[in-house]
Amino acid sequence: MSTKETTPATSKAAQEAAPTPLIPIPRGPVPQAPPERERRTVEITIDGQPVSVPEGSTILEAARKLGVDTPTLCFLESLTPVNVCRVCVVEMEGSRTLVPACSRKVEPKMAIKTDSERVRLSRRMVLEFLASSVDVSTAPQFAGYMERYGAQPQRFGPTAATVKQPVKIDNDLYVRDYSKCILCYKCVEACGVDAQNTFAIAVSGRGFSASIATEFQVPLPESACVYCGNCIGVCPTGALMFKSEYDMRQAGTWDERAQSQTTTICPYCGVGCNLTVHEQEGQIVKVTSPLDHSVTHGNLCIKGRFGWQFVQIEPAESKTE
Amino acid sequence: MDLHLTGARPTDEEKAAVDLELGPPESVWDGGTRGNGADSRSASGGNQKAISQRHLLLPVLHAVQKRVGWISQGAINYAALRLDVPPAEVYGVASFYGMFSLQPRPMAVAHVCDDIACMTRGSEELCDELENRLGPEGVPCAGGRATWLRSNCLGLCERAPAVLVARAGKKAQERVLAPANPDRVQSLINDAANDVMPAAPDVLNPQLSVPQEGSRKLALLRRVGKVNAPQLDGYQRLGGYEALRKAIQMGPEGVLKEIAASKLLGRGGAAFPAAKKWEALYTQRDRLKQDPNRKHYLVCNADESEPGTFKDRLVMEGDPFAVLEGMTIAALATGAELGYIYLRGEYPLAAQRLAHAIEAARWEGFLGENVLGSGARFEIELRRGAGAYICGEETALFNSIEGYRGEPRNKPPFPTQAGLFRQPTVVNNVETLINVPIIINQGGAAYASVGTENSTGPRLFCLCGHVERPGVYEVPMGATLRQLLSMAGGIAGTGRLQAILLGGAAGTFVSPKEIDVPLTFEGTRAIGATLGSGVVMLFDDSVDLRRILLRIAAFFRHETCGQCVPCRVGVVRQQEALQRLVENRPLGSKADEIVMLREMAQAMRDASICGLGQTAASALESALARWNLFA
Repeated sequence: MSTKETTPATSKAAQEAAPTPLIPIPRGPVPQAPPERERRTVEITIDGQPVSVPEGSTILEAARKLGVDTPTLCFLESLTPVNVCRVCVVEMEGSRTLVPACSRKVEPKMAIKTDSERVRLSRRMVLEFLASSVDVSTAPQFAGYMERYGAQPQRFGPTAATVKQPVKIDNDLYVRDYSKCILCYKCVEACGVDAQNTFAIAVSGRGFSASIATEFQVPLPESACVYCGNCIGVCPTGALMFKSEYDMRQAGTWDERAQSQTTTICPYCGVGCNLTVHEQEGQIVKVTSPLDHSVTHGNLCIKGRFGWQFVQIEPAESKTE
Repeated sequence: MDLHLTGARPTDEEKAAVDLELGPPESVWDGGTRGNGADSRSASGGNQKAISQRHLLLPVLHAVQKRVGWISQGAINYAALRLDVPPAEVYGVASFYGMFSLQPRPMAVAHVCDDIACMTRGSEELCDELENRLGPEGVPCAGGRATWLRSNCLGLCERAPAVLVARAGKKAQERVLAPANPDRVQSLINDAANDVMPAAPDVLNPQLSVPQEGSRKLALLRRVGKVNAPQLDGYQRLGGYEALRKAIQMGPEGVLKEIAASKLLGRGGAAFPAAKKWEALYTQRDRLKQDPNRKHYLVCNADESEPGTFKDRLVMEGDPFAVLEGMTIAALATGAELGYIYLRGEYPLAAQRLAHAIEAARWEGFLGENVLGSGARFEIELRRGAGAYICGEETALFNSIEGYRGEPRNKPPFPTQAGLFRQPTVVNNVETLINVPIIINQGGAAYASVGTENSTGPRLFCLCGHVERPGVYEVPMGATLRQLLSMAGGIAGTGRLQAILLGGAAGTFVSPKEIDVPLTFEGTRAIGATLGSGVVMLFDDSVDLRRILLRIAAFFRHETCGQCVPCRVGVVRQQEALQRLVENRPLGSKADEIVMLREMAQAMRDASICGLGQTAASALESALARWNLFA
């Protein structure tokens, strides 16, 4: 008996103090939160202006802190930067080539130019290369960028090679129009380790004919796709689009100015994902999720993203009346 | 991983090919049958197993291609299942490489080089004649059992025009034909179709390939062409492995000191100081002891694919142990215990010789757990590329070995910090590595006394095109282009020199006026040119340089990986603009087109991720600067 009493878990005092939990709460010193690691700051200059940002920040983050607007296409806060579109390139003193702002980490004493002749030329050429080979008509950022850099994609002539191909409509939820694909790799990242871990799609082929595809281009229903739609959520050009939006655009009824957006909580499970419901003329036309929401980071599952039809099915009685 | 596979099943042949590469499946989870005695009731594998196997993807795809002649959906599924890699990613990797066919293809395929060096030696006529006799490229011939395809440079430029015939099957074979003519190609295609190929993939003939063979002045090439050099005892009798013994005595610091004193610069094209890379790994050696998961790697870049380059091939064919010795010394100095030779897929004889050399060296204790009793462990794995020029870029090469698409990574981090498998890695070119035993034997200072102040040692050059005696030549750095040309017997063809391409497709054109340029890093830089990979390709005045430029543009269009926009689209727009200029139908004026070409060139150079895009317009720009080609 006496030996047992020495162990605190079975001592009488300890038993009385415990709030009789189903799972015993281990007793002991309350663990202290580790002291916040001091993050050093790095000072760099951007277009002659000094700025200091935490160590490990990117040039893009530093530029944004200064309010320098840097164009981006393949970059998204919630994904690992792949720096493939090269529209964010900046000039770095001492570097032979331009560097991608979205992924290059700041180093002490970096001197960056974001609007030099070299930078403007590369950005303009990137925009011209893309707009001359890809249908960018539904890419919201493009028009503004092209105007800003004076891009004239038509100068490569009417016979310039493009990635034009038929739209892939192989399921009821979303369409894939790779004529609009700028190969930003975002959907592959969202389908892979950055969000969904489904790996239904990958970049295939090589060079100008590289494209996003399932294995042997099998239709989505035969692939590993789980229809979370997270690829649509990250697509910057409308190459991946809700079937609902696609059908309305085809019918000429899609009107973003007539739409309202309401953010609410998904009714399906207890995770608490935020949904942004896009409504036009009393009908839900698509559902997204805020990128900065701490639960979703913009990601949803098939139910939250596509399972909203029930909202608009009217009760049988009201129809008969 | 919870793989989702389509219903496509592998054939018995495909399964056998994969299983031969990986061993039989352990359980039902990776493609085995239930109740085979193994753990068919519990899941084996998991993430760790998947991670540890992914690097076998390229060898597995090779195995299927070699056995069956193409890679089917069922084979992709089986490879995915065995390696625990999503099938979409297996497809992404397989479709990246030129040597893999994802459609049914005849078992025998002749790859006919129509690249720039072969163009000067009648490849167009050869292709025309093959079309007459066998039908258009890609269409089955020889009773449906063979086909022929045009190919980028095969690295056989000294014996142009060149053809490589591959025969798939249980006993897969390859055979080089160079110089080729229509009769010999046709008869080899028939032999391949009937599965009666010659046993050896090629014969190294020093008279054709190493014109200096036998000269006492040679250092790098001193054994290349000697019959016994590819055998271990022959190699040792010719002075081989003396340097390794010496290096073991000197220890890592001693070796690093000599390499630094030699001022050896990388011979792959970028001319980076070898000692700096090695030291970067050496200084991180303490962390190897602290962290058992940390490793150092050594990679020999043998993915020689620059059009016009064939020096590394001849070294590997003629003196394979020298490459291994150089690697072993580098490994001792850098703390690497595993080295990879990444060999371009189109080099069958080099593959055979290197594989034999690795085996023999391991058997005799020059590789293995305890290299020559030094206590150091070093192993070498041979990896064959699969037809992707971009994989010669060091970070693309890492991705390729790791089983991913051969797309370059952004730098930093540099390979010496995070390279192969994200571990500190040294990448050296074949020629760089065979300098190492010479430096150890002679001493760094003596080595540095050859050549010039900043370009030390001997250098290999690949002479091809319109030259009397094409082949690989060894000269001390500092020799002029004129001296090199006279060694090779001068200009062939019309005898009147029009242009010289230095450094290959990613290099620069120089004019006959610049023939006295010293062949050093600084000498070529002074005239806005580059030594690159040592290509010296000559064109007589009968050549239409515009067609050569067009072929180079086509080369880059075919070889860009497609990852970054400036390169993926830039090389296409460049080729289109050139095509319009050559056909004299410019958009606007010709001057407008040239302005556009220059703008594209600058954007590609400034904004591309890797050296391919950055140099894809280099030859074109150098030609525009020297000649008024589009008047």
